[in-house]
Order: sequence, then structure tokens, then C-alpha cells
Amino acid sequence: MTKSKDKPRKQLLRGTEAVGEAAIRAGCRFYAGYPITPQNELPEYMSRRMGELRAEHPEENPVFIQSESELSAINMLLGASVTGARCMTSSSSPGISLKQEGISFMAGMELPAVVVNIMRGGPGLGNIAPSQSDYYQATRGGGHGDYRTIVLAPATVQEMADLTYEAFDLADKYRNPVLVVGDGMMGQMMEPVIFREDQPMRLVAKLPPKPWALRGAKGRPSRFFRSLILPPHEMEEHNWRLYRKLQKIERKEPRAELVSVDDADFVVVAFGTAARIARSAVKRCRDKGLKVGLIRPITLWPYPSQVIRETADRGVQAFLSFEMNMGQMVDDVRLAVEGRAPVHFFGRPGGVVPTPVELAGVIRRIYNNPAKTM
Amino acid sequence: MAKATTSAKAAPAKKAPAPKAAAKKREFPAARPSTMKKAVMHYCPGCGHSVIHRLVAEVLQEKGLAEKTIGVPPAGCAVLAYFYFDVDMVEAAHGRACATATGIKRVLPNATVFSYQGDGDLAAIGTAELVHSANRGEKITVIFVNNAVYGMTGGQMAPTTMLGQKTTTSPFGRRAEFEGHPVRVCELLSGLDGVAYLERTKLNSPAGIKKTKKAIAKAFDIQEQGLGFSLVEILSACPTNWKMNPVQSWEWIENVMSKTFVPGVYKDVTARKDEEGGEDAD
Repeated sequence: MTKSKDKPRKQLLRGTEAVGEAAIRAGCRFYAGYPITPQNELPEYMSRRMGELRAEHPEENPVFIQSESELSAINMLLGASVTGARCMTSSSSPGISLKQEGISFMAGMELPAVVVNIMRGGPGLGNIAPSQSDYYQATRGGGHGDYRTIVLAPATVQEMADLTYEAFDLADKYRNPVLVVGDGMMGQMMEPVIFREDQPMRLVAKLPPKPWALRGAKGRPSRFFRSLILPPHEMEEHNWRLYRKLQKIERKEPRAELVSVDDADFVVVAFGTAARIARSAVKRCRDKGLKVGLIRPITLWPYPSQVIRETADRGVQAFLSFEMNMGQMVDDVRLAVEGRAPVHFFGRPGGVVPTPVELAGVIRRIYNNPAKTM
Repeated sequence: MAKATTSAKAAPAKKAPAPKAAAKKREFPAARPSTMKKAVMHYCPGCGHSVIHRLVAEVLQEKGLAEKTIGVPPAGCAVLAYFYFDVDMVEAAHGRACATATGIKRVLPNATVFSYQGDGDLAAIGTAELVHSANRGEKITVIFVNNAVYGMTGGQMAPTTMLGQKTTTSPFGRRAEFEGHPVRVCELLSGLDGVAYLERTKLNSPAGIKKTKKAIAKAFDIQEQGLGFSLVEILSACPTNWKMNPVQSWEWIENVMSKTFVPGVYKDVTARKDEEGGEDAD
């Protein structure tokens, strides 16, 4: 992997490694993190790659820090980000809760960063099995204050790489933290990954400049970054400015994959690992002649409400939100559908991964009686 | 401090007479350093912050570091420090200044990076960040203002509140039995190998102010030489929350605080062994 230059070549990578390699290629030169299962392979990978990169390109000044806590890691990112460096941290659910402080501060200061959450069962320590229990936390801002983060939800290892690579551009473009959410399944499994020609190794010198960054006030007036704005009318103005930016993101960035939706009269909505299961279940149902489709949100925020609403307008009989939690995304599906059709929910929390057969059974039951919500 | 700010107005207008290298610095001793903005500070009368701001600003100017400096103010009374320092600054979350400073310094190893923290910020909520930044030997300078109380929030008990000291959350005086003893930061950090320089000074006399400036200058020298982590702890008055007048508060620093927080150099990797120790050289 070390020697991989820009020539596309298939590699077998673990999800966490795909994230790490994509980050390095995207120009991430600062990683800070604290160990937590099931994402430890990512800081391990970053420590190795940053070290290798330092040997190859000392001028790139790659930094890896194993921090004393998640709090410290995210606040190290704040410092790295304010200097203009592309930076990333990663953790799993309980650790992401700790990082919310820094994410809120960075959203307030409009600082870019990429935060990876390999979700596990919760609440509390929960367990380390695959779960999607942090949907609310990820999509509602997560920390205190009025803000959102862009949330990307890959469903393959290839997509772990693609979306991580892109996450850095999105973070810089909007000067906002971006979350990449997976789970233990996505993080641990291995799949072939290709870094395409349009995903080259990006050296720091060739990244777009950040004229807002702090690097010392040489030849210009001094500047400062803050999130404390005491006068209410000034804070309100700042909130409006952030809001207008978020609105722009909501207009431009929602993304979803549609599978057999065109002629479907029943649509499953699922993301990440759940979407993989749903894809198989939908295929099983199609094989039996049921007109079932799948909408897979790729961005959890901004949510692809428009495409769901348009699908509802085409006369779909019912929707099913399938999640590995007790029903969180179902709220967004209902908000998108706005009563045009019944929205059902099926989920397994606690790290239990349902089989396609189980889900197909649920789909068939609702398909035959779509009006009755469960 | 207000005096110094107003007198600065006139200073740049005067043409400096033929500069004699040695005399140059002393020409307008009260002029506002170029590293400070022309602003009226919000600090209470008798508060040490304005003096300490000035000392840090003077050191940055005199050492020619201003153009490569990034400062990290805390949450607390000094949160608005970026309205006073004319250098790049980024506000940290409460207690996280050392972590944020670490992020900056690692990306910009040649920059001069300092955090400016109070006792609650540094020795309570930010203890982990402090201890581990120090232990990693981060090449940053910490200006630690110890006034034995939470100032901005209205006078609650701090980790450095003295035994017996009454605050809004220790109305009967701090008791070792329930609230523990005051945290001695210099002593705590002195055992860590990443630490290059530790000094505690007291800001309660012109001599103390001069000595504090010297310590700050030394700490920045240590950083510029890349020797490791440096911290200056400054015993500083908070007359408002101590419910004293400025004169009484200076006396309290001398007669009470300095007994628990003994001034002196606690670590100096550039010194000979026999020069070290927690005793005040005066």
C-alpha cells in the first residue's frame, strides 16, 4: 500500500484501513485519537502511515497523536484545523459523545474536520457489535447549540474510501465538521478497493489555500477565532449566517442510491450495513414478484427528503424504514413522506444484525397489508 | 493598566532621537507594545490579568516573536484576550487550551504557541490536557494565572483555593476533609520528563512584576530552543472575589497564598543542578 502511487490498482482492505488510506490520499496530515473498539485498526493504520509518510515526505509534516482522551483529540483537531491542516479523528459511540464538545466549537468557529464514528450498541458502554444507534446524535448536530454536521453513511468498503476522500473536500468547502458513520461490520470487513485516478495522493502544497487560517500575523493584521459572541444580536447574526450555510448544504448535497424504485409500490429506506441487508431482501422479494424498491440515503444529513417525497408522490403504497436501532431515521422518512403513505418501521437494536430472510419476511407481511402500521 | 494604554496614544507621534542601541528600549517605558491592541480592558480594578497580558505582550514584542505567534485564550476571565493581544489567537473550550495549542504547534513547529489559562481552566477541568501535554513535552508555553478562585463565574471555589478560604461554594471556608487541599501545579508537573521549565512568581509588587516578566521571557526562550514544555504560574490578585481592596489583596498574596504556593523555579533544564529548587531566590 505504501508504494501505491496514482495508478489505480485493486487492493483488499478492511473498512477502517480504507478510511485511513483515503484520508492520507485526501491530504489529511493530522490525526489524533484515543483507542476504542471496534475502530482501533484506524488509529493503528494512521500511526503507521503517518510515520511512513514522514519518511517519504518530511516536508508534509504528517502528525499522529494518541491523545489522553477523546476530548483532547477533538480539541487538538481544533488547533490543527485553525492552522489550515486537513485533520481527522475517529472513535466509536461512547467516544463520539465526548467529542461533541469540540465538534460544537468547530461548527461555531466554522472549522473543517473529519470525524469517523464506527458505531456500536448503546446506550452507555453498550457493546461492540454493529449498530446504528447514533443516528439522532449524528444528524441533529450532536453537541450543544444550533448547528448540523454533514453525515456520510457508506455501505461498502469502497464507499468507506470514496466518501472519506470526499469528506475532506466537503469539510473545507463548507468550513464545517463532516461525520463519516459506519459500524463494526463496515469497519472490520474486507472488500476490494480501488483508488481511482481522480482520487490521487494530494500533497499539502497542492491543496487549495485557506486564506482564513491562522499561521501568525506576518504581513497582515492579526486575526482570531472564537465561538463566544456575547451580544445577543451579534450571536443571532452569527446563527443566521451558519443557518444560511446549512440551508445551502441542504439544497446541494443530499445524496441517495435508488434500487428498483421506478416501478416499486413498496419502498424500503435503509443506510449503511442495514442497506446491504435490505438490498438482499429486496432482491428476494423481487424474485417472488413483489414490486419492492430500496432508497439508500448516502447523506444522513442533509437527508435526501426530496427523492423520498417524489417517490411517495408517484403513488408508493407504503414505506419501511429499516434500521439497526429502535427507530430513529424513521422520523426523517415520515417528515419526507408527509403523510402521503404509511411509514412502517422495523429494526433490531443492541448489535443484532438481522438476516435478509428475516427482513424479507417483514417486507412481505407489510406488503400484503400496507395500510396497517406496525 | 488603563494608564499605560492612554499614554500610548502620544508615543508613536514623537520622533525617536538618534537611537543608541542600549537606550532605545527604555525610551517610552509606558508605551503600548505593538503586540497589544488599543482597547480598554474589561478587567476589574486591581486584577492581575491586565498586567500579565502586558508582560506577555512585551516579551513577544521584545523577542520579535509576534508575527509567528498563535495564542490560545481560555474560558474564564481572560476569554476576551483576543481583544487585547494583537497576535493571532484561537479561543479554546474550557480546559482544552493545552490540547488546542498542541494541535497548532504540531502542524506549525516553528510557530510560537502559548496558552493563557486560569486555575479552574488549567488545574480542574483541564488537568488531563495539562498533564499529558507536559508529559509529551509539547513545545508550548503555558501562562497560568493562579488567583485561587473562579473569577468570571462569580467567585466559586477553585482547585487552588486556600484552606479556610471562603468562596461562594465554600461558604464555611475550604476544608481539606471535604474539598481537598489546594492543587500545587508546579510541584505536580515537576516530576514529568517532558517539562523543561517551571517557575512560580507572585504579582504583588513591582519587583514581583519584573520577576514575572523575566520568567515569561525565559519560558518563551525555552520554547524557541525547542527544549520542551514550559509553564509560568503567576500568583495574581482577584480583589473583587476575594472581597478585598487591591492593597489588601497584594498582602494576601504575600502572607497567605505564597505560603502554600511557594514562588521559585521548579524546573529548568538549562540550569545547573544546584540552582534548582522550590525556594524563592529573593
